[in-house]
Amino acid sequence: MERDSVKDQADSYVTEDGRTIGPTVMEMKNITLRFGGVEAIKDISFDIREGEIRAIIGPNGAGKSSMLNVISGFYVPQEGEVWYKGAQRPPMKPYQVAQQGIARTFQNIALFEGMSVLDNVMTGRLTQMKSGLLAQSLWKGKAEREEVENREIAEKVIDFLEIQAIRKTPVARLPYGLKKRVELARALAAEPTILLLDEPMAGMNVEEKEDMSRFILDVNDEFGTTIALIEHDMGVVMDLSDRVVVMDYGRKIGDGSPHDVRNNQEVIDAYLGVAHD
Amino acid sequence: MAKPLTRADGPQSVPALLHRNASEFANAPAYREKEYGIWQSWTWSQTRDEVEALALGFLELGLDEGDFVAVIGRNRPYLYWAMMAAQMAGAIPVPLYQDANAEEMAYVMGHCGARIAVVGDQEQVDKIIEVQAQLPDFERMIYLDPRGLRKYDHSKLDQYSAVQELGRANREKHIAELEARQAKLNYDSTGVMLYTSGTTGKPKGVVLSNRNVIETAKSSSEFDNLKRNDEILAYLPMAWVGDFIFSVGQALWTGFCTNCPENADTMHVDLREIGPTYYFAPPRVFETQLTSVMIRMEDASRFKKWLFDTFMAHARKVGPAVLDGKKVSFMDRAKYALGELMIYGPLKNTLGFSRVRVGYTAGEAIGPEIFDFYRSLGINLKQLYGQTEATVFITAQPDGEVRSDTVGVTCPGVELKIADNGEVFYRSPGVFVEYYKNPESTADTKDAEGWVATGDAGFIEEGSGHLRIIDRAKDVGQMADGRLFAPKYVENKLKFFPNILEAVVFGNQRNECTAFINIDLTAVGNWAERNNIGYASYQELARHPQVMDTIQSHVEEVNRSVAEDEMLSGCQVHRFVVLHKELDADDGELTRTRKVRRKIIEEKYADIITALYDGSKQVSTETEVTYEDGRKGSIKATLEIRDAAVQPTSHKMAAE
Repeated sequence: MERDSVKDQADSYVTEDGRTIGPTVMEMKNITLRFGGVEAIKDISFDIREGEIRAIIGPNGAGKSSMLNVISGFYVPQEGEVWYKGAQRPPMKPYQVAQQGIARTFQNIALFEGMSVLDNVMTGRLTQMKSGLLAQSLWKGKAEREEVENREIAEKVIDFLEIQAIRKTPVARLPYGLKKRVELARALAAEPTILLLDEPMAGMNVEEKEDMSRFILDVNDEFGTTIALIEHDMGVVMDLSDRVVVMDYGRKIGDGSPHDVRNNQEVIDAYLGVAHD
Repeated sequence: MAKPLTRADGPQSVPALLHRNASEFANAPAYREKEYGIWQSWTWSQTRDEVEALALGFLELGLDEGDFVAVIGRNRPYLYWAMMAAQMAGAIPVPLYQDANAEEMAYVMGHCGARIAVVGDQEQVDKIIEVQAQLPDFERMIYLDPRGLRKYDHSKLDQYSAVQELGRANREKHIAELEARQAKLNYDSTGVMLYTSGTTGKPKGVVLSNRNVIETAKSSSEFDNLKRNDEILAYLPMAWVGDFIFSVGQALWTGFCTNCPENADTMHVDLREIGPTYYFAPPRVFETQLTSVMIRMEDASRFKKWLFDTFMAHARKVGPAVLDGKKVSFMDRAKYALGELMIYGPLKNTLGFSRVRVGYTAGEAIGPEIFDFYRSLGINLKQLYGQTEATVFITAQPDGEVRSDTVGVTCPGVELKIADNGEVFYRSPGVFVEYYKNPESTADTKDAEGWVATGDAGFIEEGSGHLRIIDRAKDVGQMADGRLFAPKYVENKLKFFPNILEAVVFGNQRNECTAFINIDLTAVGNWAERNNIGYASYQELARHPQVMDTIQSHVEEVNRSVAEDEMLSGCQVHRFVVLHKELDADDGELTRTRKVRRKIIEEKYADIITALYDGSKQVSTETEVTYEDGRKGSIKATLEIRDAAVQPTSHKMAAE
């Protein structure tokens, strides 16, 4: 398929911090999403590069979560194209998107409350399971081997996120900050190419935010996972991300490095409020 | 096999013991660690191979005989091996407290001039990088967990497994040298160097010889009849002498298996899974466990609570006697057996103590109630008294002679004497060689005949021959009217209340005693929750009037108990204050082993002490605090000062 000549299609890109990030892995082209008469997203284009941390910010109701839902395949935009790994993605179900290597966490925690942490993390492996229903119920041969492999991956994630002590604890008994971490664990267990985080720090105290930031950076660093995140905490966004997309009322009003975005007058006005002298 | 290492009179060094075990118990488990949810184990022969590979790697990196190797991290088999590998290569291992901050680490590493550091993870790597400019002798760092370190400058940094690979690849080149170095090791060569936490001044490096380590391991293993199939859980700081003796000394001597938890938070789960037969914990751990059991029983159904209370009352009555094998009536025995089935057994299982054959507590005095609780369940918990300079063991309680108020009889090979001022002295094969680069302190502590001053005041009880410790000798003072002042004695009594975490008593050269008190946030917080008392912070809870009332009643109860002892009745607490912050090792108020640093506290809180003695009802104060990451902040508070009722003392009456 022919690829559009977007401004810099070079294979790699060096950020302000001197981090080298890879070529474009996902591209949103002129996306418009409508709910009846309401235009949640108006003609937005941006790209996500391999190995980067890409933030989407904006005031409440700017359309950030809708954008994330478009990426994860939950919403199908009325106009525009989603390009993933160099090919245009046809409209597909969220589970198909997940199978393609895109995992996500939710703004309102969506875990299985009655199940243990380990079982929740294991559900992150479901899209990768290949053995059939019969094999899995008999737990023989391939199903057994698969379970062992999946458990191994789940355990590595548990170790990575330091939640060994709550491995067997039912999720319902955990505090909020830990639940968020378990959600991240479940998403990571899918070994995603792109990880979508919907407000990973919402409702956290400073210490929990610091922990979460460290885990996000570590995931990006250790596994080379591309991360797209929505976040309200400006400090966190500016520290974590390589590039930032700013949305306001469904429009894109800024795109660039944290430094550029911070100094963009339109962004300051829209997001931080207009200064009154 | 390098046979010349084993002499006719038995192995004389840590590596020699390792070689002995590798050939004698080759396939028995030596070390275990839980990783990725599964217990991984290494046999003695595998352990020897791992250690040897690392030692060869050390040689390839240029480690010389007599060099120091710092070992920093949580308890992991790899770090124990690093200590053994250092000795194999003729170097001296120096384990450090993993929670020490960068400056503390810089002092110790600079003092011994460590050339190589073997560390657990990124946190430790960062600390050393921060201070390495101050360490002229320091050359390389070897890390275990590569997470977060991929982009670090690796010119001075190697992964543990890479060093082992390096060792294996260069085996032919160095093996002869490695064997020659091991052959040179004997009873007099240094086995390990441990830094004491030091209640005053800078930490001191205690040099322990192979003789100290092996003789102590041997006699203490015999004392408690430790066997090859025993299991221990290694979770106490590696820099502490006890852990070295249990997880390296005794483990090598008897050949039992050392288990390492998955991480610090999983300790209780791991304890339950392993079910150690030989267990060691400071009183604080037993206290925390008892508190959590009691808190959970508060929430149990009425029937369960009744069952628990009934059988626990019975256990307190006959449990210790059953444990000591004394005469107990048939009915009592039957009821105890029923209790074992319904309460004690399941409870011990939950706590991970089902298989404990020998359990020790030491380091601090343990509350009689806590002590009796565990013993009444049928857990053979005993007390021992020791210190780094003695390679742990000075006295210990033999089976059948266990009491909460003594620390036992002298261990095999130990001699004891009490000086005129009450200070306890000992002499044993475990007595340390010297304080590294500190001959004055060595001479102050150890005399020409080998007697070592413990710094503790105590006496030997008539009849039983058990040693009883009153207090630190230097803390024992006199009140203005000449009465004996023993702060620790009173503090311990205060700390036996679950609501009180820490207490500091003042009164030396004064007319009356006063105290600082820290509440225990778990116990008091739980009480607050059950009584619908809202609080936002430690500070707020600490100054709640009802909390103050409770603490006051505890203080008055202690006063009544102190008044009974004629010698110490002057130490009753007249006035007290509940502090607005927890005393913390990060602020220098406690040592890393959580002992109170009186001088520092007296200087830091001088304003509060003044208020305690000038009769004011409250005091406003501002305190500097250090956060875990080294940043500083300050806390402002207004504290209420309370008067506590005191008992008239018989001593005074006699004097009048």
